[in-house]
Amino acid sequence: MQDAKNLKEYRKEMQESLDNEFLRKSLDTFAVAYRASRAKAFAEIDVHGLIAEVAAAKDSVLPKLDELYDQFRKNAEAAGVQVHFARDAEEANAIIAEIAKATGSKKIVKSKSMTAEETLLNHTLEDHGLEVTETDLGEWIIQLRHEGPSHMVMPAIHLSRYQVGDLFSDVTGAKQEPDIEKLVKVARRELRSKFVEADMGITGANFAIADTGTIGLVTNEGNARLVTTLPRVHVALLGIDKLVPSLTDALRILKVLPRNATGQQITSYVTWITGANECAAAGNRKKEIHFVVLDNGRLEMARDPLFSQVFRCVRCGACANVCPVYRLVGGHKMGHIYIGAIGLILTYFFHGPEKAKNLIQNCINCEACKDICAGGIDLPRLIKQVHVRIQDEKGHPLPSLLLGQILKNRKLFHTLLRTAKWAQRPVSGEDGFMRHLPMMFFKEHDFKALPTVAEKPFRDRWQELARPIDNPRLRVGLFSGCVQDFVYPEQMEAAFHLFAEHRVAMSFPMAQSCCGLPVQMMGEAKASRDVAVQNVRAFEKENVDYIVTLCASCASHLKHNYPVLLGDDQKMLEKTKSFTAKVIDFSSFAHDVLGLKAEDFSGDGKPATFHSPCHLCRGLGVHEAPRALLRDAGLDYREADESEVCCGFGGTFSAKFPELSAEMLRKKLDHVEVTGAEILLTDCPGCVMQLRGGLKKRGSQIVVQHTAEALAARRRKPE
Amino acid sequence: MSENNTPQSDHLADRFTEKARAVSAIVEPVVDLDQAMAYCLDLCGRRGACRIKISGCDEALSQPADTLCDLKQEKIVAAPGLTQDQFASLAARCREQGMTCIRSGMREHLSGVDIGFTVADFGIAETGTLVINCPDEELRLATMLSEYHVCVLRRSTIVEDAFAADRHLLKFMRKTPDYTAFITGASRTADIERVLALGVHGPLELHILLLED
Repeated sequence: MQDAKNLKEYRKEMQESLDNEFLRKSLDTFAVAYRASRAKAFAEIDVHGLIAEVAAAKDSVLPKLDELYDQFRKNAEAAGVQVHFARDAEEANAIIAEIAKATGSKKIVKSKSMTAEETLLNHTLEDHGLEVTETDLGEWIIQLRHEGPSHMVMPAIHLSRYQVGDLFSDVTGAKQEPDIEKLVKVARRELRSKFVEADMGITGANFAIADTGTIGLVTNEGNARLVTTLPRVHVALLGIDKLVPSLTDALRILKVLPRNATGQQITSYVTWITGANECAAAGNRKKEIHFVVLDNGRLEMARDPLFSQVFRCVRCGACANVCPVYRLVGGHKMGHIYIGAIGLILTYFFHGPEKAKNLIQNCINCEACKDICAGGIDLPRLIKQVHVRIQDEKGHPLPSLLLGQILKNRKLFHTLLRTAKWAQRPVSGEDGFMRHLPMMFFKEHDFKALPTVAEKPFRDRWQELARPIDNPRLRVGLFSGCVQDFVYPEQMEAAFHLFAEHRVAMSFPMAQSCCGLPVQMMGEAKASRDVAVQNVRAFEKENVDYIVTLCASCASHLKHNYPVLLGDDQKMLEKTKSFTAKVIDFSSFAHDVLGLKAEDFSGDGKPATFHSPCHLCRGLGVHEAPRALLRDAGLDYREADESEVCCGFGGTFSAKFPELSAEMLRKKLDHVEVTGAEILLTDCPGCVMQLRGGLKKRGSQIVVQHTAEALAARRRKPE
Repeated sequence: MSENNTPQSDHLADRFTEKARAVSAIVEPVVDLDQAMAYCLDLCGRRGACRIKISGCDEALSQPADTLCDLKQEKIVAAPGLTQDQFASLAARCREQGMTCIRSGMREHLSGVDIGFTVADFGIAETGTLVINCPDEELRLATMLSEYHVCVLRRSTIVEDAFAADRHLLKFMRKTPDYTAFITGASRTADIERVLALGVHGPLELHILLLED
C-alpha cells in the first residue's frame, strides 16, 4: 500500500524496492515468462477481436446500469438471496458486520476479493471482534504479515519461500522448511481447520449475471468453493461494474480473463452460484446468502464520458504484468490497493486525490498497458487525465506551469533553447556531451551523459538545405520536434538528403513548435491544446502529401492525441483531421511509401540492432518497417531481447524519476550488448539521447544513431 | 448431443483430452461404468491413492490442524452422485478391499476423503473442462474434499466451447437454487514464488474417465 506524503518520500520508498534484489529478480523473470505464456494462451484466438467484443459489450451496459441492477436484484431475491446496495466502503463494511451480528457469526473465512481489499473489510470485521481468515494462499500469507497485496492476481509475489517458511513456522509453532510443495500442504491443512469452524464465508465475484441473478467466481485453488459451501452464511461483496446482462457476456469475459491474467486458458475452477443452495450446516438446510453491491465511486466513473471505459476492467492485472515501472518497484509502490496502470486510476476514484497524487506521476507513458488491456482501455490517457484533474484540484507545481507558459509562446521557447547554447559553454565537451551536469541536476541524474544543444538548430540550417526538386514524386512537410530541431539537427539533415535523392519535395514550416507531449505528460491540458493548434495551423497552408517526423513520440502524439485535444473545437475539426491523416513516422514513410529497397543501398555488413521506441511499436503499431530497412541497407541485423520494452526515457519521466529511468536503461543496454552489435539504431531522438548517454557512461564503443542516419550513410549514389 | 464416434465426436474427444492433459489431468478411456469403478478401486488400493493419513498431515502442524487430521481413520471413497444400483455395486467392491464407500454424510469427513467418484454432466473441449451441476451439497463436497477426484465423462456429452453449452448451463441456472462447477485440472497455486504447486485446497489429482457411449 503506497501512501507517501510527497514525491520525495515516494522516491525514497521506490529506492527501497530497487535495493530489494529478490523482488527485482522475481519481477524480471515474471515479466518475461508472462509474455510467453500469454501468447501461448491466445494462440488460437483473435485477441484484438475478442478485446473489442468485450469492450463493446461492457460499454453497452453503461446506459442501462440501473435496470440491470434491478433485474439482477429481482432474480437473485427470487432465488432466495438478500441483495444490498452500498454507496461507499464504509457502508459496505457496516452491512457485512451487521450480517455477521444478525447471524451470530464469529468466525469468517474469506476467498480473495480485491473489492474487500478496497473497502478494508477485514479491519472493520476485526474491530467487531470477528475472526477473519483469508484462505487464498497468497492472501493468507499477506494477511499474516499485515500487508496489502502487491499484485491483483498474485498478492504475495514479493515474498520468497524463506519468508513464507518463517511465517508458517510462527503459525504452526514448528520449524517449516523453505520447500514450496510442503509449505502449500501446511497451508492446506491449517486452512482446512479454519473452513471447518467457520460460520460465515465471504467472497468477491467476477460476474453478476442480471438475467439469472447468478454470480460467477474464477479461481484456481478451490478455496472459494469451500468458502461458498461449508459455512452456513455466504456474503459476496462485488462492485457494480461486475454486472453483465447475460451468461454469454460472462462467458466472453471468461474467455479473456484467465488468458490475460496468468496465461491460462481457463482457471481450475469457475463456480456459478444462483440462489440459496443446500447447506447442511444451516438450520433449514438452506444457506443464507447476501450479495452486497458496491458503488464507491464507480457510478461517477460510469457517467463520465472519458472515464466510463474503466468499467471495462476485468481485474486481470495484465497492465501491471507488462509495466516497466511495476517490474522495477513492485505493487506496494505502484498502487495504493489496486495495482498497475488501472491501479493509478482507481486509486483516484476509490481512495481520493491525496492517495493518488504521487502515484499518478509514476507512468512512463510507454503504452505497454494499453496494448495488453483485456478491455481495450486507453490507460495512459486516463492516467494523464487523472493527473490533470489532481493538478487542477490541488494546484499546479511551478516547473510544470512554467513549461506550459513557455511552450505556448514558441518564440520565447526557441529563444530559451538558443540561449541554452551559451549557458552550457562552461560545461560542454568537444564530443557533444556535457562534461558534467550543471547545478540544476542532482547527482542521481548522472546515470547518463546529457547532450549539448547544437550550434545551429535545424530551422537555421533549412535555408541552406532547401532546394527545388524536379518532377517530385511526393511532397512532404517535415515536422522536427524540439529535440531534433535543437539538439540533433543532423538526424533531420540525414533524412533530408535521403528523401531528396528519391525526388521528395520538402518544406519546413517555421511556425511549427514542440508537439506538446511534454506538457501533456506534466498534466498541463491547456498548454497542450494551445501548441496543438499552433502546429496544425503551421501546416494548414502547405500543399503536402505527408507530414513526416523522425520522432516516434511526436508522430504518435500528433496522430492520436491531436484529434482528442482538438476534437471539441468545430473550427479546428476538419483542419485537424486533414493534418493527422498526413502524419507518418520516418521508417514507415521510407519503407512503405517511398519503397526503399536493397538496391538503394550499399551496405557494409556491420552488426546492428534496433531499439523500438514505445510510441513506434505500440503508439503507431509499426514493427517491421525499420528492421526491414536496416536489413536492406546491408547491415548485419541482430534482434535484441526485449527490443520493444521501454528504454526508460519517457521525456519528463526520466527527470522526475531518475533512479527508475537509469535501471530501465541498464536492462536495455545489457540486452543490446549481448547482440554484439556495433551500431544501435532507433527511431526517436529521445531514445537516442537516453541510449547514447547511457553507453557513453559505460564507456561503450557502440554507436547510437537514428535509423535515418544509418540509411543516409549507406545510400547508393545514383550513377 | 452427437452420435457415437462420428468424426466430429472424435475431434471433440481428442481436443478435450489434449487440453485436459495440458493442465495435468489424467485422461483414460473406459468402455463402461464397471470399468470406471474398477479404475477407481485400483487407484485407491494398488496404486496407493487411499491412505489413512492424508496429504499434509505428515507435516508439523498447529494443534487444531493436527486434531482435524486425526479424525480420518479409514480409507474412504465418496460417490454421492451415483444411482442406488451403481452405488451398491461400487460399495460392495470397496468393502471387499477394506475401504469405506459413502454417498452421504460428507460433513462427517471434513478432514477429507481419499477419492471422490463422480459423473460429469458434460465436458468442454476448448479448455478440457468438466461441468458438474451440484446443487446437492454431498456431491459438491465430494468434488472439493477429495484428495483424488475421479470423474466419468461420457464422450457424447463433450461440446466445442462454453458458448456451445450456453443453453444447457442456463437450464441449470434457471432451476434455482443452483450451484454449477467448471472443473479444469487439479487445484493449483503459484502464489509462492510463482512456482506451480498442485493440490492447495481441492484435489491433488483429477482423473477423467472418458466413457464410450
